[in-house]
Formats: sequence, C-alpha cells, structure tokens
Amino acid sequence: MLSYFLRRVLYAVPIAVGVTLLVFMLLHMAPGDPVNAVAGPDAPADVVEALRRAYGFDKPLPYQYLLYLGRVLTGDLGVSVATGRAVAGELAQAFSNTLVLALGAALIGFVAGIGLGGVAGWHKGTIVDHLATVVSLVGVSVPHYWLGMVLVILMAVEANLLPAMGMGSTPGEQLRHALLPVLTMAVIPTGIVARSVRAAVGETLEREFVQALKAKGLRRGAIMLHVVRNVSPTIVAVLGLQFGYLLGGSILIETVFSWPGTGFLLNEAIFKRDLPILQGIILMLALFFVLLNLLVDVAQAALDPRMRRA
Amino acid sequence: MDTSAVTRIPPNQIEATRSPGYWESVARRVLADRVTLVCLTILATIALAAIFADVLAPADPLKTSMAKRLRAIGTPGFPLGTDELGRDILSRLLHGGRMSLLMGSWPVANALVIGGILGVTAGFFGGRLNMAIMRVVDVFYAFPSVLLAVAISGALGSGMKNAIVALTIVFVPPLVRIAETVTTQVRGLDFVEAARASGAGSATIIRVHLLPNVLGPIVVYASGLFSVSIILASGLSFLGLGVEPPQAEWGLMLNTLRQAIYVQPWVAILPGVMIFVTSICCNLASDGLRAAMEIKG
Repeated sequence: MLSYFLRRVLYAVPIAVGVTLLVFMLLHMAPGDPVNAVAGPDAPADVVEALRRAYGFDKPLPYQYLLYLGRVLTGDLGVSVATGRAVAGELAQAFSNTLVLALGAALIGFVAGIGLGGVAGWHKGTIVDHLATVVSLVGVSVPHYWLGMVLVILMAVEANLLPAMGMGSTPGEQLRHALLPVLTMAVIPTGIVARSVRAAVGETLEREFVQALKAKGLRRGAIMLHVVRNVSPTIVAVLGLQFGYLLGGSILIETVFSWPGTGFLLNEAIFKRDLPILQGIILMLALFFVLLNLLVDVAQAALDPRMRRA
Repeated sequence: MDTSAVTRIPPNQIEATRSPGYWESVARRVLADRVTLVCLTILATIALAAIFADVLAPADPLKTSMAKRLRAIGTPGFPLGTDELGRDILSRLLHGGRMSLLMGSWPVANALVIGGILGVTAGFFGGRLNMAIMRVVDVFYAFPSVLLAVAISGALGSGMKNAIVALTIVFVPPLVRIAETVTTQVRGLDFVEAARASGAGSATIIRVHLLPNVLGPIVVYASGLFSVSIILASGLSFLGLGVEPPQAEWGLMLNTLRQAIYVQPWVAILPGVMIFVTSICCNLASDGLRAAMEIKG
C-alpha cells in the first residue's frame, strides 16, 4: 500500500508541473504585451519597466516559466491589477465561499444520487429505476445556469420565499441565500452519481459470486454488504470527480446568484482583464483537483487491494 | 471429375440467405428505436429551422423598438414576446439557434479530427510517442471542463472564434483517450497481426484495417460530447465570452434576459428551453446510436 501511495504521489508531480505550465501560458495567450496585463492599464512607465525585469518578460519563455514556478512555490501568486492586493489573499475568502456551495451540493447530490441509483440498480425495471434514468438524463442535459434562473423565478419572483442573489451577512441569512444555488448545483451530481451507482450495483448483482451467495442461502442484508463492498471503489471515484467538478465548475451558478466565490471572482477578473487573479484562481482550483484525484486513487486502493497492483 | 453438381446453388437462394451487413442492421435497429427516432427528428427540425432562419423568422432579429419592450408570450405580432430591447423573441430564437448549434458542433468536429489523429497515432505506434501524447493529455484532465473552457477563452478574450478554440482544446483530450484505447485494442487483434505478417506497411494497416474499426466508436463518443458542447458554448456566451451582442445566441439571450425575470419571467427562460431540448435529444440520440452500433462502455 505504501509503495502504491508513493508511486501515485510521484505520478501526480509531473501533472502538477504541467498544470503550472498551462496556467503560466494563459498570460502569453492573452493578446498584447504580457507586462501590461500584469501592471494594469494606468501603471507609470518606470513601474512597467520594473515589472518587466521582475517577471523576466525581456528573457526567453523557459526562463520566465522558471521564475513563475519559483514564485508559485513560495506562495506568491502576484498582485491583482484591479485592487492592488495580493492574489492569494483575495482567493482565500472566495474559495471558502465556493466550498460552502460545493459541500452543500455534494451532500445533497451524493445522498440523493446514491439512494436513487442504489435502489434502481437493486430493483431493475421498477418505477424507481425509471425515475433514476430520467433524473440522470436531466442531470447531464440541463444547462444548470438556466435551471438556476428557473428556480429564482419560481422561488423568489413568483413565490417570494427565498432571496434571488447575494450572500447575506448573518449565518441564518447566508443559509437562506445559499439554498437556491446549492439546490441548482446538486442536480448534476445527483444525475451522474445515480447513473453510475445504478450501473455498478446492477453489474455486481449479475456476477457469479452473488449467485453463489444466494444459493448458499445468505440473507438479503448480508448479500447487500457484499455488493456495497464491491461497488464502493467505483462510487468513491465518481464522488471525487463530481466534487472536483462542483468546485471548479461553479462559475456559472455563482454568476447567476451573485455568490461571491471563486467563480464570481473569476468572472469579474475576466471582464476587468485582471490576469493575475484569473491565473491564481485557475491554478488553485486545478491543483486542488489534482490533489482530489490523488486522494481518490489512494482511497480506491485502500478499498480494493487489486488496484494497488496497477 | 465433375463437382459442379454438388457445389452449385441457384442464385436466388444465395440472395435469400444473405445476412444483413453491419450498417444495414444498425440502420434497422435505429428505425426500430422510437425514442432515438423522435430525438433525431426534433434535432433535424431545430437544425433546419436554424439553417432557414432567414426565411422562417417573422421579423428582423436585430431590430429594436423601445415602445415594444418585454411583451408577453402570445402578443399579436410577437408570438413568443419581445426582449428587453423590443426585439422579436421567436426570430431571435431561430437565428440564435444557428449560432448555438454552430458553436456546439464546430469544437466537437475540430476535436474529432485532432484528437482522432493524435489518439490513433499514440495507440498504433505505442512506446515513447504514446507516453508523450498521453502524459500531455493527463495534464488537461487536471482541469474540470468548465474551468478549462473559461480559463482559455477568458485569457484569449471574448469572441466567438476564441470560444471555439477554447472548447476545441477542452474536447481534444477525451477524444485522444478514447481513440488511443480503441486503437490499442484493435491493434492487438489477430487480423492486424496477419496483415503485418503478410507484409503490409503501417499506412496500409491504418487505412485498411484500423480506421474502419476505430472510427465508429470514436464518432459515437464524439456525438455524446455534442450535448456537453452545446451547454458549455451557451455557458460561455452567457458569461459574455462567446458570441457578442447584438448577435442572437441562446446563451447570450439568457444573459441579457436575466434582468427581465421580474417583468416577463416566462419569456426570459425560453432560450434555456431550447438549449435543454437540444441537449437532451443529443444525449438520447447518442445513447440510441451507441446501442444500435453495439458499442459497449
């Protein structure tokens, strides 16, 4: 297990380096002189020159990348062009706000998805099974930013039950404000988790060892435990991936609900051409995703010894 | 010795016992699948309506009228109401479909070619080349797709061309992976081995033996990406990163109509209904196609 863990960590390192390279290149993809993107439009000429030297914009790209990597490794993500504050500080608050949404949506989506998919896989062909199929289809097909608008219209405009946007200040207020975005975000993982769990449970039930357990006269509850044990690695993988998507894909929902998280900040950064903030958010979310994938693989190996050999 | 008496079978009997070819049986299964047929019909209708938007649209999609802003659904002359600048919603939905479908399908088509070539190359030649291509693909997998699309089009700046570039980059990695997997599987089969033993070169093997077996699964997989692409492309426009105003596009229409939800909520959600219907039909049709072609996974 330890050797698998170490191998998996070693495998994640080049991926993480690749992520920093891609995020570094974002600055050079942007049209215009990169130094202007970092300095902002109103910076005086001497500041621009100082920045050009500090970032190595007069040097070749590989050198600039190494400078960038050095800054990232020391926790320096640059300074926001719009506010003049350090990017890392701006990110911290936004990330915790996004985490609230993602955790809420994950809790609802995972419980609903596992419940629905589990029952559907166990009782193929029943009403619950059909319901699971429909929910999965809607989950992957619905443009969730539009679903957010529909929920706002139903719950805030027509019924006036919940606030339509913003975050509120007191914890109770925040809960009311978070409800609609969390529900909207939960739809996608509910559908995908339900589909995966249904397929995994259905496949496992068809395996020969389940027939053998039944023939042996084992009770349903005991058989269920065997099934759970067998599908858990698959489910862990799906849940991990979905949680990463919730965190990284929150930009549309946060824009619809004006929720001050990473997605909202990213949207602002794009329109203010605040590239340091843009790079910082993408880097942080992508590295978090790499870490999450690492944890998922390790958890899978812990649950299923066969995976350690891969 | 005369053997013709034993082996000769009348030609009409040969016809009768001929079993249907692969594509013929695929077509037969699709025609028997009502859900897939309905979805394909809806998709074709939406596509035709978008292509002939110039003829079908009752009004100019760009013509504004301050006097006729935000009319309700069913207003005479404006069957689906008007938007916040008094433009006819029906006409804008028709013209918007053109942009949305284009932005949804173009990146997938690009990625199909680029990803297909890279994946088949990696799968066929294996070794270091495979390593190099697949490790680069792994890096792109470290980004959730929405984030990658927003990052690239955000850095490049708004505009339809940049959005298409960004979405292409999003869809290349999954297509490389699927093409590589299928190619590796087919490459190990006996008939490829036999072709190589009989002296066929790499080019011949790829063209004659590999591509016909690999293309089907890759194209079906790509068709499944189409619904994701429609949602992502409209999402980019919704964020102001795709098609630029005053052009009509479903995602962009949703964005500008957002301020109207307190006045005409049901008009405001119409563009989203179009995205939803298109995407759900794409998913169902892709699933049906996969089943008809007997592709697993």
